[in-house]
Amino acid sequence: MQIQLKFFASLREVLGTGHESLTVPSDIKTAAQVREFLRARGGVWAEALAEGKALRIACNQEMADPSILITENCELAFFPPVTGG
Amino acid sequence: MVVRVQTEDFDLTTEVAQLRKDSPKVGAVVTFVGTVRDLNEGEHVAEMALEHYPGMTEKSLQDILVQAKSRWDLFDALVIHRVGPLQPLEQIVLVAVTSAHRGEAFQACEFIIDYLKTEAPFWKKEQTPTGARWVDARVTDDEALKKWSLPR
Repeated sequence: MQIQLKFFASLREVLGTGHESLTVPSDIKTAAQVREFLRARGGVWAEALAEGKALRIACNQEMADPSILITENCELAFFPPVTGG
Repeated sequence: MVVRVQTEDFDLTTEVAQLRKDSPKVGAVVTFVGTVRDLNEGEHVAEMALEHYPGMTEKSLQDILVQAKSRWDLFDALVIHRVGPLQPLEQIVLVAVTSAHRGEAFQACEFIIDYLKTEAPFWKKEQTPTGARWVDARVTDDEALKKWSLPR
């Protein structure tokens, strides 16, 4: 399955990219599993997406739980807790 | 209900005039303006930059206004949020609501800014004498949100 990844703010800076088109193996079904998959790349990915890091997830531009199921060509975003206003 | 995300500044008087134009039923207008401070967590802030998630930002702000309108008797509501580089003293955000009476307007305005601070995808990065830093989310903002989940 193909999905569109987005990263924002400090996470975007650490990873050195704001977006990526990713082909995920078929055993990966949820946003949490995508995070784990990316973490396995090691280096900054392992660090920035580590389990203890407070990150929010949005799927198709709506706030989502880590358990949300990914779908073909969905837009999956990871970012730190928001600080607007 | 209007939502705007923009780099330009806004004028409170103009925006309020527009919001209540031709609406003699409006008896209360409540506004909130957030501004850039030159001090945060003990450090001088020379400038800040606001990043956002285009597309999701507008949707989430619109969703917050819809929620506010479903909870209180409002005529209209407006949110303007600036992005890009901002200096101390500059305006960041405007929330304005109109209703027949002040009680509804005060509560809805506070609800909107509380929700915006924890739900809308904006991030602040500050320039300080010791370098640039991303602003951390505040626990007090999450606490501010809790009061709105109580039954009215």
